[in-house]
Amino acid sequence: MKLDLLTSLYVFMLAAFIGFEVIRRVSPLLHTPLMSLTNALDAIAVVGAIILAGEYHEHGALLAKILGTIAIVAATSNIVGGFLITDRMLRMFKASGPKKP
Amino acid sequence: MPTENIIEITYLLATALFILSLKWLSTPATARRGVFAGEIGMLLAVAGTLLYHGIVEYKWIVIALVLGTIIGVPLGEVAMTAVPQRTALSHAFGALCVTLVGTAEFYLRAPNVPPFMMAVLSMEVILGSLTFTGSLMAAGKLQEILPQRPITYKGQNFVNLGLLGVAIAVAGVLVAHPEKMQLFPAIVGIPLVFGVMMIIPIGGADMPTVISLLNSYAGLSAAAMGFVLQSKLLIIAGALDGASGFILSVNMSKAMNRSFTNVLFGAFGQEQAGAAAGAKETRSVRSASPEEAAGILAAANKVVVVPGYGMAVAQAQHKVRELYDALTKRGIDVKFGIHPVAGRMPGHMNVLLAEADIPYDKLLDMDEINGEFPQTDVALVIGANDVTNPAARSDPSSPIYGMPILDVDKARTVMVIKRSMGAGFAGIENPLYYLDKTLMLFGDAKNFVGAIVRELAGGHE
Repeated sequence: MKLDLLTSLYVFMLAAFIGFEVIRRVSPLLHTPLMSLTNALDAIAVVGAIILAGEYHEHGALLAKILGTIAIVAATSNIVGGFLITDRMLRMFKASGPKKP
Repeated sequence: MPTENIIEITYLLATALFILSLKWLSTPATARRGVFAGEIGMLLAVAGTLLYHGIVEYKWIVIALVLGTIIGVPLGEVAMTAVPQRTALSHAFGALCVTLVGTAEFYLRAPNVPPFMMAVLSMEVILGSLTFTGSLMAAGKLQEILPQRPITYKGQNFVNLGLLGVAIAVAGVLVAHPEKMQLFPAIVGIPLVFGVMMIIPIGGADMPTVISLLNSYAGLSAAAMGFVLQSKLLIIAGALDGASGFILSVNMSKAMNRSFTNVLFGAFGQEQAGAAAGAKETRSVRSASPEEAAGILAAANKVVVVPGYGMAVAQAQHKVRELYDALTKRGIDVKFGIHPVAGRMPGHMNVLLAEADIPYDKLLDMDEINGEFPQTDVALVIGANDVTNPAARSDPSSPIYGMPILDVDKARTVMVIKRSMGAGFAGIENPLYYLDKTLMLFGDAKNFVGAIVRELAGGHE
């Protein structure tokens, strides 16, 4: 599905508004996990890299393959590392339960 | 159903899950669900993409996915104290991915690149490459591989803005004449240099702002990549990340009392240069031993602990937990007051204290805790300095005047654990230390807190 310029701008604008409203509500307590989570989500750029590395190219196939492959490695490490560390951090946040003497 | 549609549906679901993921992150109670939603969304989108019929060769994709996982797992398992540099490194990886894809897309399409496409492509590689080297520099400084002291020289901003200006000008030429392919390396190379130059004048205390700003750039470059590839999913993910980084940058610059434009143009670390030369105070301070400190704490009803980067450096958070346990056991109300820029990235202190098993409902941010200091018996400052400096409220000549601070000086007694009387990062004297109600506890944070805990245990028998 191809996008024209104007549609792309609409999508960007709406997503930015949603982003502001949703992220404004994130407690300052969780700003570090917020950053590692958005970083993992941002690594969705991997889909672009996958297509670049896998698609047939008449010219510049080698360049596309090399750059695409490195890009997949970089993005995948962000996906895996980002989700892992975010979950590890969030597991540590515990509310104070009933006090034991 | 044609594969195209299946792919589009996985992207649609991924988008919804990404937004829900951030929404659920708003409170600790639902936050882990948010991570799960993000993971499912990511899995769907990647699986959907692999179905794409245009992919003719899977070998390298699979190798890259496996390699990325092998690199990613240890990056997900670093110590909590290393989270700031890990985060900077992941911004670098994200930016690397975007820059490489942008570069390949240019050479695949040139010379037939429409002006708008060339403009967003330029934005993608300029932001991507400056974020790549900038984040590597930040990670190097945080890991202490690179010298942490800010390096400044005359005309620094002029040189930096000049570099960026040249890159944008070259991009402008390419927009008009995409057939001048030999110019393309300049809009990758110059921002790579700019990224390094941008971080050179940054010191440790500016890191929370810088990391947030790099986060925002990484998001925007990914959104630009979405424009180039005409991928709604990527535009949305990039916009969400960009918005998050932007909000954090604004928060951080407010907490540092710097205008956002000042931050945007990388004019960090400019102010402290003159301040360090200020006249040395010769007034006397009162100091106390662990025994005395333990006695005062034991007699308190309400204690607020104010941690700073010094606590992280001394690895004192687990000893602080023992102190928290010892005091709460005696029925003393203990809370933590966290300044937004305490530590090396937004929320850094909260993660360290949560790791030490301190319940998160005891961790209050600046606006929540400041009203409580007048009813507080003891404010215990551990490894924080400038964020407690009352000169920020009262002395218009102070370089940090106007910066929001934790009002520890309103507590009945203030105790400050500090190695020596040396000035803080900004090189500014802290009048807090000379107040009659202030007791200086000189020593290593970990050892000193440990000694207080032992005194409290001994006195309790």
